[in-house]
Amino acid sequence: MATTTITKTEKLVGKRIRRREDPRLITGTATYVDDIKMPGMLYAAILRSPHAAAKIRSIDVSKAKTLKGVHAVFTGEDTKNAGAVPCGASLPGLRVPHHNLLAIDRVYLVGHPVAVVVATDRYIARDGVELIEVDYETENAVADPEKALAPGAHAVHPQWSDNVAFTFHQEGGDTEKAFKEADVIVKQRIVSQRLIPNSMETRGVVADWHAADRNMNLYTSTQAPHLVRSLVAQILGLEENRFRVVAPEVGGGFGAKIQTYAEEILLAYISMKLQKPVKWIESRRENFLCTIHGRGHVDFYEIAAKRDGTITGIKLKIIQDLGAYFTILTPAIPTLSVLMMPGLYRTPNISADIVGAFTNCTPTDAYRGAGRPEATHGIERMVDMVAAELKMDPAEIRLKNFVRNEEFPFPTATGLVYDSGDYSAPLKKAMEMASYDKLRKEQVEARKQGKYMGIGLCAYGEICAFGPSPATPAGGWESATVKIEPSGQVTVLTGISPHGQGEETTFAQITGDELGVGIDDVLVLHGDTSLVPYGIGTFGSRSTAVGGTALYYALQELKAKIKKFGAMLLESEEVTLADGLCTDNKTGKSVGFKEIAAAAYRAMKLPPNTEPGLVSTHFWEPPNFTFPFGAHLVVTDVDGDTGAVSIRRYIAIDDCGNILNPLIVDGQVHGGVAQGIGQALWEQAVYDDDGQLVTGEFMDYTMPRAHMMPWIESGHTVTPTPVNPLGVKGVGEAGTIGASPAVVNSVVDALSPLGVRHLDMPLTPEKLWKLISAGRNA
Amino acid sequence: MTEIRPMTETINVNINGTAYSHDVEPRLLLIHYLREVVGLTGPHIGCETSLCGACTVELNGKAVKSCAVFAIQADGAKVLTIEGMAANGKLHKIQEAFWNEHGLQCGFCTPGMIMITKQILDRNPDPSEQEIRHGLDGNLCRCTGYQHIVNAVRAAAKAAGA
Repeated sequence: MATTTITKTEKLVGKRIRRREDPRLITGTATYVDDIKMPGMLYAAILRSPHAAAKIRSIDVSKAKTLKGVHAVFTGEDTKNAGAVPCGASLPGLRVPHHNLLAIDRVYLVGHPVAVVVATDRYIARDGVELIEVDYETENAVADPEKALAPGAHAVHPQWSDNVAFTFHQEGGDTEKAFKEADVIVKQRIVSQRLIPNSMETRGVVADWHAADRNMNLYTSTQAPHLVRSLVAQILGLEENRFRVVAPEVGGGFGAKIQTYAEEILLAYISMKLQKPVKWIESRRENFLCTIHGRGHVDFYEIAAKRDGTITGIKLKIIQDLGAYFTILTPAIPTLSVLMMPGLYRTPNISADIVGAFTNCTPTDAYRGAGRPEATHGIERMVDMVAAELKMDPAEIRLKNFVRNEEFPFPTATGLVYDSGDYSAPLKKAMEMASYDKLRKEQVEARKQGKYMGIGLCAYGEICAFGPSPATPAGGWESATVKIEPSGQVTVLTGISPHGQGEETTFAQITGDELGVGIDDVLVLHGDTSLVPYGIGTFGSRSTAVGGTALYYALQELKAKIKKFGAMLLESEEVTLADGLCTDNKTGKSVGFKEIAAAAYRAMKLPPNTEPGLVSTHFWEPPNFTFPFGAHLVVTDVDGDTGAVSIRRYIAIDDCGNILNPLIVDGQVHGGVAQGIGQALWEQAVYDDDGQLVTGEFMDYTMPRAHMMPWIESGHTVTPTPVNPLGVKGVGEAGTIGASPAVVNSVVDALSPLGVRHLDMPLTPEKLWKLISAGRNA
Repeated sequence: MTEIRPMTETINVNINGTAYSHDVEPRLLLIHYLREVVGLTGPHIGCETSLCGACTVELNGKAVKSCAVFAIQADGAKVLTIEGMAANGKLHKIQEAFWNEHGLQCGFCTPGMIMITKQILDRNPDPSEQEIRHGLDGNLCRCTGYQHIVNAVRAAAKAAGA
């Protein structure tokens, strides 16, 4: 339940305050990209390849061109010099396929855009698409990364017959020694399957070119408006200062809207050619095929351990399914898995290899967790398997190997420095909430009755709040501008670009506390590159940790100036700013916030060396990432007759540092956990051998629905980060990272009497039923 | 020039208390009629297979997925959309409940969720958690994990006197 009335003197940060964003959202009056309508606006529909691999012998657009209502049809020949879809990641030896906006002589995946029809309404545009005739010469496709790497596989890109985009190696410590001296070595192949992000709003673009001013206005459902602006302007050779990108209301992103997509460049190009505003809205089927996919790992783990449970070394080989092309971060995502491969454990010896494989599939890129769920899933599964091998309790082995509290800041074997942590606290809290020992006793009884009851743990750590700029492709700082209007109201301009995370509220909470104004006196604006000087965007759980810190520093600068004006008005030497008043420390006389604002703009008198006005801008460069952590504990019951998994209890103890708004943090945990459970039990992007996406719509791709979700018992420990003055680590992805290992560990535990030691996701009823039936008949 | 001559039919629909009359193609979906012709962009489009529920509106008092209804099927009917929930500038109890309980994040599924909540409570003013979850099953949300939405439905039920 939220607080609805806040008295002026109460601190805002830390309170369960209902969101400032909500009034427009609950009344249906927000403007998403498909709600934008302009005079003369045309609609674009895209013809996409039905084949995963084919030569294009010919394209006949004549019937489409002459359909009444169609203004233009574009093919790859028309757009071949317009530019290419960008990739921002660079790795040594990376082979980058040229990613044309529209296919020219070949298609490389189902959904590959082949032509664009622009018409007066969306129905006619689709009619036009159906009138285009394409003569394809189909070829064999390869849709599985291991098959793509096998000798003799179809070459996705003819120039690289081995389908290898890159290899990557990283070492820390001495794994050879660790493995030589190990008492036990546990090996396992672990799959983190391809997933469809499926934000409820698909992508969409409205491009509006004004030739006389050389102005481009691009409205796009994006998480990174400034990055889109810089990239598309550069690609099309347009002036960046005359290029405006607006992220209108965005209906979810989860990482799949960080990228600069072909359609953003295409629509801008088309608007320039037709001198009219043009809209394209992605259908859900297109979204399944043409918006990036998540995960796509086949991982080979080896763990070296001592008999007492000490984990001494980790070897990891990742086969990363890249898809046919790259989008902005595609090849970089698995390197994040390597960075977090030791998890919360002190292990000094690691060795990792990545092979990036091309397949005739949709590109993979960042999806909630972006490399860290894969790493956490891997290490947490392995730790359970080592515990089973050593006949140790899974909680005991974790507690033994955690980085110790006195070891922070902790340099990891992968080159990171963990900021702060108390790794045993969430696990102990989760176990206490669950009455862990009682559960284990109950499990013994359940097994006697032939019931499959499981208790699964996951202790996760993660890297977020991207981040130090040298370690990021586009810079990792953030900006904030704080403007106090002459009337005393406050406007915050932030470079982050929220799409559900609630910063219009949390940033107003921070601002209200710092300036002593009410939360409703603060307006937080974002998403418009003409308003906000520059920003990197919202992803990687960075908005509060990095964006909020930029805001904090901008507020400190402004507070100093406000005090100068206050001191001038009070004719005082020393003043204190609190609760909307500037008070003379000696006399106790005070002047109000509004009076100060008026004085600063009216400028009848100015303090020495002080400009009129009350505006400050701060760009903040983070010195490090932050490292949230936590423990999830899941109790499952597997039905022996159907294989269905029932989650009896879900306990999530997450440490995201200081909490600005518990209501919003809970929401982030719940949503993240839902996506993690989704991966563990239901979701998978399945391609057949012809490269057809078999799970191509909600009919076949099982999304978490209300009755499928357990009640999440959410708790926290609070270990502030020293990386930023807010002490905030970030929480956007943590729930997802903690969930899938906890659920899978629980089900493996449930089925361990059958000899099961590992299962790959998703744990569908069919998969488990087959296992159980085989076990019962054995 | 190839021409597809569209047939049109005249439909008369009462939407949120206002009477509308338009000539529409038989193939025009109700969701497109509401959004593009009438200009009510509160109901959203999240899929093409009537599985996501973002387009949920009330048709003659019954919650329907307006992407699976043709506009001509609404001829002579009363339609209620999210825009008709607040009255005289005052939010409906369900809207207040979603706001208080943080039952939304990106907001895209929210108009549909609020409309289906109305249906759930119209049929069952005091639903259990399981009944609520079952009632919400036709509406997908990717952001919230549904827990705060369940809380919102419960709060709305309580506010209405359950």
